[in-house]
Amino acid sequence: MPTHLDNEQSIVAAAQAGDSDAFVTLLNQYSRHIYRLGLSITGNHQDAEDVLQESSLKAYRAIAEFQGNSRFYTWLVRIAVNVALGKLRKRALWKESSLDEPREGDDGSYVPMEIESWGDDPEKACLHNELQQLLAEVIQKLDPKSRIIFTLRDVEKFTIEETAKLLGLSIPVVKTRLLRSRLKLREELTKYFGKDARNAMPTSRR
Amino acid sequence: MRCRQVVDKISEYIDGELDPELVRELERHLQHCEDCRVVVDTTRKTVEVFCHTEPAPLPNDVRERLNQMFRHSFRKGEPTELARRFKH
Repeated sequence: MPTHLDNEQSIVAAAQAGDSDAFVTLLNQYSRHIYRLGLSITGNHQDAEDVLQESSLKAYRAIAEFQGNSRFYTWLVRIAVNVALGKLRKRALWKESSLDEPREGDDGSYVPMEIESWGDDPEKACLHNELQQLLAEVIQKLDPKSRIIFTLRDVEKFTIEETAKLLGLSIPVVKTRLLRSRLKLREELTKYFGKDARNAMPTSRR
Repeated sequence: MRCRQVVDKISEYIDGELDPELVRELERHLQHCEDCRVVVDTTRKTVEVFCHTEPAPLPNDVRERLNQMFRHSFRKGEPTELARRFKH
């Protein structure tokens, strides 16, 4: 979750009073986070851009309705998540109902396959932009629901409860999906950062 | 505690949300199970690397189209200055 701006409350108040500079200041702080969120959820750059544009526009038009009960960023993320989920619904990739939850793995049947300590911390093992690219790639290996839960909880650092509320899901569903997502991503990253991995660089891997 | 239960509890353990009694059981298990130590450690590192990595700046073309959208979507005089000032 990005750090909030100094005097954010007063900047929000100014934006609500019609000060477009204030709105720009807010959006400049958060636009790349919203773009990354859209990319994580939808899995492609075109939809991520649409999410950024549509949610920015909605936020601008609705900012007078922002009550200040949460951080501005949380409010903006809620708008962006709704826009992004709308895109997944169009592609029939999203249903709120937990009745369709797959059961595999829920009984604890998951067995770690890649058991290998990591040689270096990932931040040291490859360049920052290569790491960004790798993380963006591996997160797409999750199914859409797990991907968005992991993104909100572990990338944007919302709580389990906030994540469940943002997505209209139950807390147990969020917890189960989060666990499985973390374990799956651990497997994937161990292929790059495990001590015996040949090369951690995403651009030069086999 | 068995390895399978450790895996089930990893999320709550690394988030510091596991019941203290279960924490003690889990850590007792870790003392003599190298495989679980590795899985717990690399799961924690997985979460850390995602939450520590800052997003890339907006691509230039994305920023420019965002500017265009504001120019076209708002009433005259309202969005123009707004659009010009996007930095990211």
